[in-house]
Amino acid sequence: MSKPILTSVGPGTSKVNKTGAWRINVPIFKHDTCNDCRICVLVCPDACITGEDSVYNADLNYCKGCGICAYECPVDDIEMQLEVK
Amino acid sequence: MKQFIEGSMAVSQSVKLCRPNVIAAYPITPQTHIVEFLAQIVANGELKTEFINVESEFGAASVVLGASAVGARAYSATTAQGLLLMAEVLYNIAGMRLPMVITIANRAISAPINIWNDHSDAVVIRDAGIIMLFAEDAQELMDIHPQAYKIAENQEVSLPVTVNMDGFILTHCFEPVDMLSQKQVDDFLPPFKPVVKLDVDKPVTMGLLAEPTWYMETRYKLKETMEDSKAIIEATANEFKKLTGRYYGGLIDTYRMEDAETAFVAMGSLVGTLKDVVDTLRAKGEKVGILKIRSFRPFPYEKIREVCANLKQLVIFDKSYSLGLGTILQEELRGCFYRQKHQPLVSGFVVGLGGRDIPPESLIECYKKAQKGEITNEFVDIRLDVVGR
Amino acid sequence: MAEQTKSRKQKPPITESLLTSGHRACAGCGEALGAKLVMDAAGSNTMVATSTGCLEVFSTPYPESAWRMPWIHSLFENSSAVACGMEAGLRALGKREGTNIIAQGGDGGTADIGIGCLSGMLERNQQVLYVCYDNEAYMNTGVQRSGLTPFGTHTTTSPSGKVSFGNPLPKKPLLQIVAAHNIPYACSATVGFPNDVQLKVKKCLKEEGATFMHLHVPCPLGWVYKTEETIEIARLAVFTGLFPIIEMKWGEVVRVRKITKERRPVEDYLKPQGRYRHLFVSAESKKEIEKIQAIADANIKKFGLVD
Repeated sequence: MSKPILTSVGPGTSKVNKTGAWRINVPIFKHDTCNDCRICVLVCPDACITGEDSVYNADLNYCKGCGICAYECPVDDIEMQLEVK
Repeated sequence: MKQFIEGSMAVSQSVKLCRPNVIAAYPITPQTHIVEFLAQIVANGELKTEFINVESEFGAASVVLGASAVGARAYSATTAQGLLLMAEVLYNIAGMRLPMVITIANRAISAPINIWNDHSDAVVIRDAGIIMLFAEDAQELMDIHPQAYKIAENQEVSLPVTVNMDGFILTHCFEPVDMLSQKQVDDFLPPFKPVVKLDVDKPVTMGLLAEPTWYMETRYKLKETMEDSKAIIEATANEFKKLTGRYYGGLIDTYRMEDAETAFVAMGSLVGTLKDVVDTLRAKGEKVGILKIRSFRPFPYEKIREVCANLKQLVIFDKSYSLGLGTILQEELRGCFYRQKHQPLVSGFVVGLGGRDIPPESLIECYKKAQKGEITNEFVDIRLDVVGR
Repeated sequence: MAEQTKSRKQKPPITESLLTSGHRACAGCGEALGAKLVMDAAGSNTMVATSTGCLEVFSTPYPESAWRMPWIHSLFENSSAVACGMEAGLRALGKREGTNIIAQGGDGGTADIGIGCLSGMLERNQQVLYVCYDNEAYMNTGVQRSGLTPFGTHTTTSPSGKVSFGNPLPKKPLLQIVAAHNIPYACSATVGFPNDVQLKVKKCLKEEGATFMHLHVPCPLGWVYKTEETIEIARLAVFTGLFPIIEMKWGEVVRVRKITKERRPVEDYLKPQGRYRHLFVSAESKKEIEKIQAIADANIKKFGLVD
C-alpha cells in the first residue's frame, strides 16, 4: 500500500499561488524618506515586503494591493497607485 | 498467571501493559471502572503516562487526536452517549489516519435513557473508516488490546481501532483471566512509529481543506486500507496465538462449524451464551455451530462465505437494529450472500436491547422457529401487552 | 515529570515569515496579519492547532499550505483540546521542553462552540497559549452573528431592518471569563498595535501554564471598510474604549493601556464601517449610538482607561 495521501503536506507550499494577480492598486516604494523602521514589513498581511538599508519592496508575485503599508508608513515613502499592466 | 477480575480490570491491566503515553478520561456508566482503574494504576506509579481528566467525551477524543498527531500512543474509553459526542472527532481521526485505540463499553442509546447493554452505540460509527472489533469475554479483553494497537499502528493501516465490550455484562462481571506480562506485550507490540507526525524539525501541515478535486481520493484510499487491514487483523491474531497459545479468532471465529447445517451468528458476549446453547442442541443431535463476528469493520465477507459454504441457514442474534431498515447483521449478511453460488437462508432476531436478559431457552425457541422458515427482523421476548398488541 | 532532554538547538532567525505568502485571505485581512504577527513572535519551535474558520480555510487548501511550522487542523470547536493532547503527548515523549504550543481560533470557535473545550484547557492549566482572533462574527461562513459580535452590529443573522438596529445583545466578556479560571496570564491585544502583539505573545510563551490572548482583528469584507484602514480601525476601537487593552494575571487586572490623550467618541470608529451605517440614518438610530457610547464609557470607567 502506498503512503496515505492527503494526510499532510510540506511547509509553505502556498507559494505556488501567485496572489499578485488579484491586485488593482500597487504600492510604489519611493526609497526617498525611508528610515528603516520596518513597519511595512511588520504590517503586511501577506508577508511580502522585504529589504534592508532603506530599500524595501513588495514581492509583486503576491502583493494583493491592500494599501496597509502605504497607510502606515510614518514617512510617506510608499504610495498606492492604480496598476497599469 | 490467573487472576479473578472484572472485565474492566482486564481492560485496564491490558492497556497498562501497552504503555500508552496519553490517556484521556471522561466517565460514563458502564465504562467508569476502566478509567477509574487506570487512574489508580497511574496514581500508584505502575504506569508512567499523562492521564488527563477532560471536560467531555468530545474533549477526550480531541485530546487523543492531538496526542497521536505528535506521535504519542493514546487511549480513551467511552460508551453510548459519549461515543455519539465523540463521533465528530472519530470521523476526523480516521480521515486524518491517526492510530489509537478506544474501548467502547456497549450500551443502549437514549432516548429513552438506558444504561444497559446493547450494540446500538457501536454501530453508529460503522461508516467512518474505523476498525471495529468485538470481544467475547474478559480473557479476550486482556488479549485484544495489544492486538488493537498493533493493528492500528501498522504503517499500512494507520487508523483508529475501537474495541467493543458489552456494558455491565463484561465490564462488571468477574472472570478468571490469564494475565499477560509486560515482557510478553513488549515483545509483541513495538514502540509507535507514526507515518506522519507534527515535529518542529520536520514541519508538516495536517488537516487541510480538500476541495472536490481531492476529497474523493481520500475516501478511496480509506476503502483500500480497510480492505488491506483484513489480512493484518488475521496475521496479528495468529501472531498473538504463537505468543500465548490463545486464539479468539481473527476476523471471525467458529465453534463446532465443521458439519453444521445451521450457524448462530453474534458479536460479543452473546457468543459465550450461544456456546452453551450449541452444546445443548448438539447433545440432542442438532447440527448447529457458531459464526462469531469479531471484526465488524472491515466486514469479513470472504471469510464468512468460506465457513458458510455448506450451511442451510444462518440464525442471527443481533443487539442492534437500524430503525427503518432492519436488524443490521441480518442486512449485512443477506448482502454477503447476494448472488453467490451458495445462498443459505438468513434469519434475523433482535435480542437484548437496553440490556434485556437473553435466556438460552429463548435462543433455542428462536432456533426452532427459524427451522420452520426464514425469519426477518423479529424482536424476541417482546411483551405484547405492553406494546398494545 | 518528563525526563530532561538536551535543550533544543538554537535555530537561525527566520528570514521568511512562518505564515508565508500565497494564502487566500482577502486583501487587508486583519486575521492574516494577526496570525503572521503571532507566529513570527513564537518562532519556528512552535506547533499550532487551529480551528475551522477563515484562517484555516484560506491558509490550507490542499495541496497549498502557508504554514511553515508544524500545524494541525481538526474541527471547529476543539483546537484547545487538540493542543492539550499535543502538549500531553510531547510531555510523555520527553519532548516538551523548548517547544511552544499554540491553539487558535476565531471568535465563534472560541467563545461559542469552543468554550467548553477552552474551559477544560484553562482549568487544567496546560501549558498552551490560546489565541482568539476576534473579527466579531462567523466570517468564514458569511458574516453571521457570534457571541463576540458587539451591540448594534449588522450581521446576516442579526441584520438591521425596519424593526431592528442590528445585534441586540452585548459582547460576551470573553477575557474575563478566561481570566476567572485563574490562569497565569491573559491579555487583550490588537493588530492596531502590532509590536504589542508580538511582545505579548513572547510574554505568554514564557509562562508555565495556560495563557490567553484576545486579539482584535478587523475584517475589511465583514466590517465593510477600505482595505488599507485595517490597522487604523483597530486603533480606533481602542481609542474609543470599545476594545480595552488589558493584561490580567491570576484573574486580576494588572495593567491597562490608557487612552487619556487619544480618546475618541464612538462615532469616529463606527462611521467608517459599513456594518454600522444603519445607525446613522435617523434620530432613532442615533439613540443606539448613544447606547454604544455608554458601553465604551462603562469600559473606560471599569478599567480606568482615562486619567
